[in-house]
Amino acid sequence: MSSRQYTSGQVIPERRPYKVIVAKLGIDGHDRGAKVIARALKDAGFEVVYTGIRQTPRQVVMAALQEDADVIGVSILSGAHLHHVKKLMEELERMGANDIPVVVGGTIPIIDIDKLKEMGVKEVFLPGTSLRKIVEVIRRLAEEKRRKEEESH
Amino acid sequence: MSDLFNEKALKEIAEAYKEYEEKLVPEWLKKLPERMEEFTTLSGIPLKRVYSPLDLKGFDYMEKLAFPAQYPFTRGIHATMYRARIWTMRMFSGFGGPEETNERLLFLIKHGETGLSLAFDYPTLIGIDPDDPMAEGEVGIVGVSVPTIVDMDIIFRGIDMGSVTTNMTINPPAPVLLSFYVGVAESKGTPYHKIGGTTQNDPLKEFIAQKSYVFPPEPAVKVAMDLIEWSIKNIPKWNPISISGYHIREAGATAVQELAFTIADGIEYVRQLIARGLDVDEFAPRLSFFWDSHINFFEEIAKFRAARRMWAKIMRDWFGAKKRRSMWMRFHTQTAGVSLMPQFPWINIVRTAIEALAAVLGGTQSLHTNSFDEPFRVPSEFAAKIALRTQQVIAYETGVADVIDPCGGSYFIEWLTDEIEERAWRYIERIERMGGMLEAVKKGFPQREIADAAYTFQKEVEEGKRLIVGVNIFPEEEEEDIRKVPLLDFDQEEIEERQKRRVKWVRENRDKARWRTALDNLRRAAQRGENIMPYVLEAAKARATLGEIMGTLKEVYGVYVEPPIY
Repeated sequence: MSSRQYTSGQVIPERRPYKVIVAKLGIDGHDRGAKVIARALKDAGFEVVYTGIRQTPRQVVMAALQEDADVIGVSILSGAHLHHVKKLMEELERMGANDIPVVVGGTIPIIDIDKLKEMGVKEVFLPGTSLRKIVEVIRRLAEEKRRKEEESH
Repeated sequence: MSDLFNEKALKEIAEAYKEYEEKLVPEWLKKLPERMEEFTTLSGIPLKRVYSPLDLKGFDYMEKLAFPAQYPFTRGIHATMYRARIWTMRMFSGFGGPEETNERLLFLIKHGETGLSLAFDYPTLIGIDPDDPMAEGEVGIVGVSVPTIVDMDIIFRGIDMGSVTTNMTINPPAPVLLSFYVGVAESKGTPYHKIGGTTQNDPLKEFIAQKSYVFPPEPAVKVAMDLIEWSIKNIPKWNPISISGYHIREAGATAVQELAFTIADGIEYVRQLIARGLDVDEFAPRLSFFWDSHINFFEEIAKFRAARRMWAKIMRDWFGAKKRRSMWMRFHTQTAGVSLMPQFPWINIVRTAIEALAAVLGGTQSLHTNSFDEPFRVPSEFAAKIALRTQQVIAYETGVADVIDPCGGSYFIEWLTDEIEERAWRYIERIERMGGMLEAVKKGFPQREIADAAYTFQKEVEEGKRLIVGVNIFPEEEEEDIRKVPLLDFDQEEIEERQKRRVKWVRENRDKARWRTALDNLRRAAQRGENIMPYVLEAAKARATLGEIMGTLKEVYGVYVEPPIY
């Protein structure tokens, strides 16, 4: 990944677009939000991998690693967000992939937003959040991740 | 029948309209332009400034409307409608374990609810037991956990199953949950002919929108038809299917798509049942529908009216139904969950009231009103009570229930009803050319149409073409307020543990021989392609669990995996 640095005088390899995993964690079938956001990200120039519904934390982490994702976006509308996200964060840690930032969207009580952030979730989006804001936040997180990677090489 | 308006009158009206559009409007526009360049409904139907008899040229009253209880039932299916009986106030309820839900049902009955409606948790919806690894963290959250007949028995403690009707929002595992229900009713001495209620049991919309599918499309439809056939012959008061537009709409469809796709689903089921050798007038009276009532007020009213007219025509002209009841579109309505916002959530009460009013003006048979706290969680008792009271205000204070189809004859409503119907027919024709809805679903046609519509809507919100108060107009920045919403609180982990213990207890305390024979017989019946219902009922009574029964059927039918397209 460090080969993608912009260095003057050298051939500048084309910058790989930011890649986002959009995942439906848990067993609810409400995929409207996930699909709309996947499209909005694609339209904004991101590469998007949509996992489909009924994914386990492990499947999501494996997808993120395989795809070399910059951000994981999780959509949950079953109310089981605390349980599943906790497992997801543990799995990321276990796989040494906790440098991949995680954002969550869905029907989520405000008090749970605090709890999700304590678990390490970077941002939580409720219904009504503008696509522009979601895209901006994800872009910023992806940029940060790439920058850190480049610095560490 | 002749036109409603004579030539002379139309000529005068046309002259007045010309003056209005060509002289008066431009003068006014010079002073103040209109708020938008183009006004459209949520389905994207462009709207004129005003409607008049000129928009209803050739309108044949008898062909399009007639009177309530007369073909094509546009004005309502019953002759007296709400003057005789207010719609059924049926609040979708359920959370936690059967004990919590029993308590909530008794609470709602005490406060005047007239029909029950069970919401199941996700593990139940997809047919797995509480101790299945996939169920972890999900038990009892969005509805009640019912993995065994024992759980169903607890839900109905103190409730007379011969006098209430119960809706069960359940799809792939519908035969199992219906068997639990029938088994419990029977054990309480309720005769089969008194068992009333509804199973949603609408498999096609699972692939289109709701996504709690289990089996692939063909066996999924087969199982649903088994339930319908069995139910018509054994529990005649039961509505074995609720052909649902609600989830299609919530997934992003427009009103026109909701109407078209749902009716196309209905057409597919009618064909399937006829292919089994059933007489259309034997089963058609038991088919029921379920619509969303969204926030674009007039479009919703027109949609309900168009739905009745279309279905009557289909049943009479396509399928040769003879009985009036076979042509009735009876339906339940729920206000639009997707219209609820977390920003200053109390205004959701207002949204819900307006949506509920549209459903009533549209002639619904039963109604669920959402609670204002649902952008966060399953409703609290307090929020659910406000939602129920909203219906009661509409029913008993406003007077809107005193005259049947009060919007009928409005130039605008009649024009819009025709327009929505026309647009829905065009979709149905496309689906027919694909070979019907089962084929269209396999091709992913409605799925793609809905995903496109959902994205278009969101972009319109983004661009300010669609306004949502507190979101993109008068945006609400205050977050602290939301913390004051008293949410339903229950110990999910404790409930999950309790449900796991109970399902284990049931497995350990049953007649093993009867249980094994029942599941073996079920498997063989499914393999032979027989109607599985009698075998599922026996398995349920033999205390086979939901997960065991569904697992047995999965072995035979396989499991559906959706291609993750967006």
